[in-house]
Amino acid sequence: MKKPAEIYAILKEKFGEEKVEIKEDAKVAPWMVVAPDAIREITKFLRDDDDLDFDYLMCLSGVHYQKDNTLGVTYHINSTRKKHSLILKCIVSEDNPHVPSIESVWKTADWHEREAYDMVGIMFDGHPDLRRILCPDDWEGYPLRKDYKVQEYYRGMKVPY
Amino acid sequence: MVETLEQFIPYPIIALVIHAALPLAVIFPYVLFAIWMERKVSAHMQDRLGPMRVGGWHGWAQTIADMIKMIQKEDIVPNRSDKFLFKFAPYLAFMGSYAAFAVIPFSSEYIGAHLDVGAFYLLAVTSVVTLSIIMAGWASNNKWSLLGAMRATAQIVSYEVPTVVAVLSVIVVTGTLNLMTISEMQSGSIFNWMIFHSPFLFIAFMLYFVSSLAEVNRTPFDLPESESELVGGFHTEYSGMRWGIFMLAEYADMLLVSLLGTVLFFGAWNSPFGDFMSGPVWGVFWMISKGMVFIFVMMWLRWTLPRLRVDQLMDVCWKYLIPFAFINLVLIALWEMLF
Amino acid sequence: MPELRTEEMVINMGPQHPSTHGVLRVELVLDGEIVVDAIPHIGYLHRCFEKHSESMNDYQQVIPYVDRMDYVAAMSNELGYAIAMERMLEIEVPERVEYIRVIFAELQRIASHLLAIGTYGLDIGAFTPFLHCFRDRERILDIFESTCGARLLYNYIWVGGLSHDVPLDFKEKVRDFVKYFPPKIKEYNDLLTYNKIFIDRTADVGVLPSEVALNYASSGPVLRGSGVNWDLRRDDPYSIYDRFEYDVVVGKGEMGTVGDCWDRYIVRVREMEQSIRIIEQAVEQMPDEGDVKAAVPKRIRPPEGEVYARTETPRGELGYYIISDGSMSPYRVKARSPCFVNLSVLPAISRGSMVADIVAIIGSIDIVLGEVDR
Repeated sequence: MKKPAEIYAILKEKFGEEKVEIKEDAKVAPWMVVAPDAIREITKFLRDDDDLDFDYLMCLSGVHYQKDNTLGVTYHINSTRKKHSLILKCIVSEDNPHVPSIESVWKTADWHEREAYDMVGIMFDGHPDLRRILCPDDWEGYPLRKDYKVQEYYRGMKVPY
Repeated sequence: MVETLEQFIPYPIIALVIHAALPLAVIFPYVLFAIWMERKVSAHMQDRLGPMRVGGWHGWAQTIADMIKMIQKEDIVPNRSDKFLFKFAPYLAFMGSYAAFAVIPFSSEYIGAHLDVGAFYLLAVTSVVTLSIIMAGWASNNKWSLLGAMRATAQIVSYEVPTVVAVLSVIVVTGTLNLMTISEMQSGSIFNWMIFHSPFLFIAFMLYFVSSLAEVNRTPFDLPESESELVGGFHTEYSGMRWGIFMLAEYADMLLVSLLGTVLFFGAWNSPFGDFMSGPVWGVFWMISKGMVFIFVMMWLRWTLPRLRVDQLMDVCWKYLIPFAFINLVLIALWEMLF
Repeated sequence: MPELRTEEMVINMGPQHPSTHGVLRVELVLDGEIVVDAIPHIGYLHRCFEKHSESMNDYQQVIPYVDRMDYVAAMSNELGYAIAMERMLEIEVPERVEYIRVIFAELQRIASHLLAIGTYGLDIGAFTPFLHCFRDRERILDIFESTCGARLLYNYIWVGGLSHDVPLDFKEKVRDFVKYFPPKIKEYNDLLTYNKIFIDRTADVGVLPSEVALNYASSGPVLRGSGVNWDLRRDDPYSIYDRFEYDVVVGKGEMGTVGDCWDRYIVRVREMEQSIRIIEQAVEQMPDEGDVKAAVPKRIRPPEGEVYARTETPRGELGYYIISDGSMSPYRVKARSPCFVNLSVLPAISRGSMVADIVAIIGSIDIVLGEVDR
């Protein structure tokens, strides 16, 4: 059982201060911002390290932060043996929303990433099968973006009713 | 029986037609009753009441109402199907089972055709049902139907073997293939029935019953239809009256194997009380009621057991039933030689 | 002789298929009856409740939407959402409310497992257990109905409390059910669980090893069926589950391999017994007096921030990730639905099995498409 601050100390030592940053001011639990290019190594380290042992990706969500014109990916991870959990975030710009896929670390990220791509429009590099999952394959736009406008017609069918 | 009819009816050809249609007078009311009974049996096993409204007393007219509904339905034939085969398959299914009724002795006075190879003819002609299932599955142009048809063929062809060997066990004892003669041999007391002849014949009966369940596609061997896997199996694309005829054929098949079981093992039309309540008319009564007992057991099994998987089905047949059946046959032959 | 040409057959199982438990489509690549590959396609029930909630202008009004996710265990969905919001707002919920919530959540678990077991029997081809399960589920729904007037979608558990109090004879009804139910479990076991054909169909089928289960983040009976001792009620306690005595049921591979369909099935059956134990204790401890709406806020305006709360629903870990920007409507609501995640393991465990096994595997994962697609 480790506190997020302790985990942060380990990560800072291993990957350097520019790759991870902790936000202690968060209301319910502290979270860390991870540089997108380091997310795969960090998650792999978190999974494989014996003291950390994060074997369970609870949730992966895409979020659109309209104020900052950024998109975020939130990773909620958890260890079933050590019983601690951690929140990681990757923030990327709206114009170039590319985050490395962590499908190779936790298989469950496969569908979660497809959902985040479908709903918020984040591109996961290295994902084996990045297709839309909930919307039809030829749907336009990303519904969970704040500036999303629903398309007029989908294959000749009127969409907003 | 034909001779009697010819006395009343001036044209022999009409007499023949009536003679040939007589089993229908049993089959149609039986199917209506059996479907109603199946619903009632299942309902009571499942803590329900089943049909209660149509016709008043316990919904006795439910199947009649269903039949009228089914006749009125649109006759849908899928667009890209093989239309002729698609339309013909249900009739062939019913023809196969109806033709087999020709050699079933319904009573001491009535049998469709006095064939000396009755049992052989019956087993041969019921194989036509396989053909109709394949036709239906192939012609529907539906992959689920095709899968169902493939399963059905594999299943029926495999289970024909233990069925035949179990029938053969009786033939070894009786020495004749004529079903009427076999029935007559069992008259007199209840202990003349084949089932009491030797312990091995009892085993033969069990083998016969299990494999005949598979022959008529009843649970736990209802893989060709298996509605939870293959949607409806070979009759996925059928609706209305054509589907109804498949249903008719299925229930007719059930009656057929039950009656054959009765003839071979349970004294056919003979009364269980010796001379009491025996005679040609009582014969029909005994025949049908013995058959209904088996049909009830089939329903009972259907609403209790889950379904086997296709490879397990084949295992049961080739690894257990067939070796048992053959060993049993040899033992019966030995028994016959010794006693 | 020319060589015979063989090819694999692609067949669409669903969206209209009796055993996909809704509108799931699985693209099966078949070699005869052997499954070469199974690709699930989802989204037929997608309503994007997450987008709807963002324009709701009231956190309380999201609850009817979460009801409709897992529509056979709506009470558990509401509980999860209420707990997430209470954590965000730092609301202390009255004693009595906690007990009523636990009783309802556990009754809901039994009702949901009954449905799962019943339909699983149906998938395997046994029709009768299905109706027996429905008969008993009906009794639970009657209790729900007498409390909140609804049988499926309740809108009963609110943020900070309940929509209204339980009826006067509530305890009596629950006690009656607790007495009535355990013999019925034995009945199901006799009829289905230990049936030889049923065991043959489910044991050693769709084996999900524990590492794979964790890697795919399966949860609930699917994870426990693989032998992982993990139950959020005990390992990440919420509400008042730490006050009750119960066992976490895990699959042991009694009939075959650990993590096969039979294990997942038996976990559900035994969990019902444990839920009965919890209900029994909760009814005894539940206080008789207390206002269930005492802590319900008049208007909900949470501070800026975010919360992730997870609860153990009948199907597994239901997590709500709620972001608030300080306004009246949520900035982002994300539901981590257990069915969505559990279903993603389907291709991994169904390769090489037969068509009939696919039905058994889907049934043993116990998905509700309303929750998969949200």
